[in-house]
Amino acid sequence: MKLLKRILYFVGLPIALILLWWVLTLGEVNFYTPKPGQLVETFFEVWFSERFFDDVLPSLTRLAIGVVVAILLGIVLGTVIGSVRWLRQLFEPLLEFFRAIPPPVLVPLLLLLIGVNDQMKILVIISGALWPVLLNTVEGVRAVDDVLGDTTRVYGIRGFARIRYLVLPSASPQIMAGIRQSLSIALILMVISEMFASSSGLGFTIIQFQRSFAIPEMWSGIVLLGLIGIALSLIFQFVERRVLHWYHGLKELHTS
Amino acid sequence: MPEPKKRRAALPGPVLGAIGILLFLVLWEIVPRSGLVDTKFLPPASDVVVRLVEYLGDPEFWNDVAETMITWAIGLGIAAVAAIVLGLVIGSSTFLRRATHSTIEFLRPVPSVALIPLAVLLFGIKMESTIMLIIYAAFWQVLLQVLYGVADIDSVANDTAKSYGLGWFARMRYVVWPTTLPYLMTGLRLGAAVALILAITGELLIGSPGLGKQIALTQAGGATTSMYALVLATGLIGVLINVVARAVERRTLAWHTSVRGEVVV
Repeated sequence: MKLLKRILYFVGLPIALILLWWVLTLGEVNFYTPKPGQLVETFFEVWFSERFFDDVLPSLTRLAIGVVVAILLGIVLGTVIGSVRWLRQLFEPLLEFFRAIPPPVLVPLLLLLIGVNDQMKILVIISGALWPVLLNTVEGVRAVDDVLGDTTRVYGIRGFARIRYLVLPSASPQIMAGIRQSLSIALILMVISEMFASSSGLGFTIIQFQRSFAIPEMWSGIVLLGLIGIALSLIFQFVERRVLHWYHGLKELHTS
Repeated sequence: MPEPKKRRAALPGPVLGAIGILLFLVLWEIVPRSGLVDTKFLPPASDVVVRLVEYLGDPEFWNDVAETMITWAIGLGIAAVAAIVLGLVIGSSTFLRRATHSTIEFLRPVPSVALIPLAVLLFGIKMESTIMLIIYAAFWQVLLQVLYGVADIDSVANDTAKSYGLGWFARMRYVVWPTTLPYLMTGLRLGAAVALILAITGELLIGSPGLGKQIALTQAGGATTSMYALVLATGLIGVLINVVARAVERRTLAWHTSVRGEVVV
């Protein structure tokens, strides 16, 4: 009974919305809004073809490379900058500025510097996704608990072991928060880098559909991007729960 | 944030920070001048800064800035009002909260740039297209924080207010609103940053008037120095929005312990 209730809560509103959509588009033939059934059909037709290998897969590969590099670079640089006081003070205003630059403006800039190719698109993703991870790591590393820090020092834990067992774990909630922001920025940049100057990829294809007034196809592209966003967020939540299970447990203990 | 203890460094933080910026500018000056990168692609820092200063005296530039900021403000404003109203309504009912949870979690990660083609179809290359993107992106940031805030309400305080005979509206005003306000401020700060990103993106890709469009034009026209100057300008606007958002946060939450504590310690 309890399970049934939960399922109903979960699917209730989405089903109601889809029904509403279906009813509203039932009678009329609106150019801009496709019918639900038609959209599902188009979705499979458009994306489960050679397009999957030509456009979707390359886009996702670039996204994955960009995200992984940005996260690793952000954590490594952030740990270094966060642990050395004068380095932190030296770089802080500069980094704040870089973060404040809206990442999409880097697209025309990198386009000039590198030209239109895969490296440029990956670099766009890295250059936008890096800052949240980097700055959050700096913050997290800086905020390591004093008592814990002193204790590890007394026990002679230093160098790599200190980073591995003290610094990174205690910064990890902050780092994960940064990664979450990075993921959504990375996805946006993946699309933009392909919309701005490209002849392949998801972003390009969707714009192409719009320009040729292939409306159901365009909608199916929007749906696909949405699904990728949801998948990214699910993967993130799964990883976060594993990495931070100790932290969530601790928080529950404190609040209850 | 300044740490009073263990301060024996010769240079105070802000000076070091200024040196950091200077070092970066020097590096940016040397790389193109030494021929490492063609000045056609990366003009030296001094040229770009001079161009930026020229822009500051140019009414056309301020016109573009105004366009961008108006787009930003309208989008953020609509998103914030919608998110606050919906957040308070959804948040104060357990049924609504549970029923909408899955839908919100599904819609939230949808990247707003996915809506670009739709926006262009609906509104063409006008400000409205960009505003639509901004609303979609900023709405979730604010809504989520408002929902967190309403969920954080102290049940004892709420019950006390109820037994003292405070009606729905009075409870909203004196219990729910003060609890939610810190969360709302966080949401607005995040939303403001996202809104700027989307404002520039919309102008860059859709071509609605503003700084983003100008960047696209200078890039296409090969006016590299101008393009870099405009990119710098967007960064400065971003910094300004962050600073203002933090100041507003501090003022509206001056009574809150998180802010009060900061001043005392």
